[in-house]
Amino acid sequence: MSYIKIRDVSFMYPNGVLAVENINLDIEKGENIAIIGQNGAGKTTTVKLLNGLLKPTKGAVMVGDMDTREYTTAQMSRVVGYVFQNPDDQIFHPTVISEVEFGPRILKFDEKKKDELVNYALEITGLKEYREENPYDLPHSIRKFVTIASIIAMDSQVMIFDEPTAGQDLVGIQRLSDILKEMLQKGKTLITITHDMEFVAENFDRVIVMANKKIIASGTAKEIFWNPEVLEEAMLKPPHVSRVCRELGLGSNIIRIDEAIEAIIAKT
Amino acid sequence: MGVVIELRNVTYSYPLADKPAIKDVSLKVEEGKFYGVIGKNGSGKTTLCSIIRGFAPSFFKGELEGEVLLYGKPMSEYDQGELALHMGYVFQNPFNQISGVKETVFEEVAFGLENFGVPVEEIEERVMDIMKLTKIDHLAEQHPFELSGGQQQRLALASILVLEPDIMVIDEPTSQLDPEGTESVFEIISQLKKARKTVILVEHKVDLIAEYADEIFVLNDGELIKSGDKHDVLTDVSLLDHGVQLPQMAVLGHRLRKRGLNLDYIPITEKEAKDVIGRLIYREAQ
Repeated sequence: MSYIKIRDVSFMYPNGVLAVENINLDIEKGENIAIIGQNGAGKTTTVKLLNGLLKPTKGAVMVGDMDTREYTTAQMSRVVGYVFQNPDDQIFHPTVISEVEFGPRILKFDEKKKDELVNYALEITGLKEYREENPYDLPHSIRKFVTIASIIAMDSQVMIFDEPTAGQDLVGIQRLSDILKEMLQKGKTLITITHDMEFVAENFDRVIVMANKKIIASGTAKEIFWNPEVLEEAMLKPPHVSRVCRELGLGSNIIRIDEAIEAIIAKT
Repeated sequence: MGVVIELRNVTYSYPLADKPAIKDVSLKVEEGKFYGVIGKNGSGKTTLCSIIRGFAPSFFKGELEGEVLLYGKPMSEYDQGELALHMGYVFQNPFNQISGVKETVFEEVAFGLENFGVPVEEIEERVMDIMKLTKIDHLAEQHPFELSGGQQQRLALASILVLEPDIMVIDEPTSQLDPEGTESVFEIISQLKKARKTVILVEHKVDLIAEYADEIFVLNDGELIKSGDKHDVLTDVSLLDHGVQLPQMAVLGHRLRKRGLNLDYIPITEKEAKDVIGRLIYREAQ
């Protein structure tokens, strides 16, 4: 039995807009998953169904033995942490430290555990020097890390990151990559929505593709990025190295620069 | 080509700031060229855009040393209405740009033209054309604040494009767009070049900058550390030390050279990579 189960789930917003239609998905504990697809494909709705921010209008979502329809969002968020796409939808405290402390305080962790988690979260997100700053005085890209720290400090089993790569520079992207690796080592289940295909190729075991309110494919990054039909339907392109290697006839499963280098050297 | 904007030894500090956001920057912007502005977060990209557009210091206050010239005349001698005719500015956060006084996307796009006193029939036609170009025509009747982040970014771009300014300053217009939407925005921006428009674009997506821009400005801690032709700039590995990513193809090229392969040049786009690696493989096959 999978840890997370999405069964025949549809979701319609109160205004009648159908956002996801009849999706099925199984996720094991400790998986590291990317969700890709166009704006409006249903990615954010799908992950909001996992932490109970939205309840399915048809079908069921199970996390462990919890059916999301039977628990409040507050209860679900102990297990499933969600980092909002727009940090301004999430942040509501006047300092970085109070924002990050909020979760563990609500969860009633004892003082020692709380301090450990908060310090760890600030450390891993590079925010130590900003402890006492107002999040809204920080640039958007740093503010995103404040929201990530808040979720890490809650130590939830499942962590969802909604477009963490947007607007990040080289250092930010590397930091995200390090955070994913470390959370994975801690046994967390990670789900990341991103538009950055190079980031997907470098960081994820499994990729889920959404298009037109549906999950149209699930597989390894190699399987997805070398499946032209799926990419076309989702209006996505594989990483640059995949495209170059395909046109040069260099193997049929290259998605990373390292692999491209070996394939080119083998030909010369 | 004529110089449209020139900065001479410009240093600028925001009010109450303890150090300048821009330090001793001198640069020239030529008519009809597409400039990419890159640098890590906090390096001064948005501030540079504000200076070029004339928001700093006139709106943000603070202190500016040096000279900023628009068509050879000091920026401070232009009034705001005149500046708005010459230059369009697309904000990083579309929320800061959307007027908040218009109830539909159509009206929002038309807002600037109304203020310029353009005849109604012409407004309708130009608004319709731009909404189609930026793919928001199906949203014409929606409220601007009900749009998704990506749709708001398109709206912000449309409401500046419709004004047809000679110079466009655009700050990270694609951060919330999917890859296809991002590419279509770059297509739109590069079409502006055909109309002799000058574009200054801040963007982290350096692979697309490599594809579309002509010249690059690189900022680090408020200083202009490199500028010039995109090939010269985007193949310079020292940028990595300043937290700036190189195009994927340039990374590939450098690493192949390191492994001893004799590439004719370092590519920055897919097309160049196919060319230069293809030649290498062909030579070996001979």
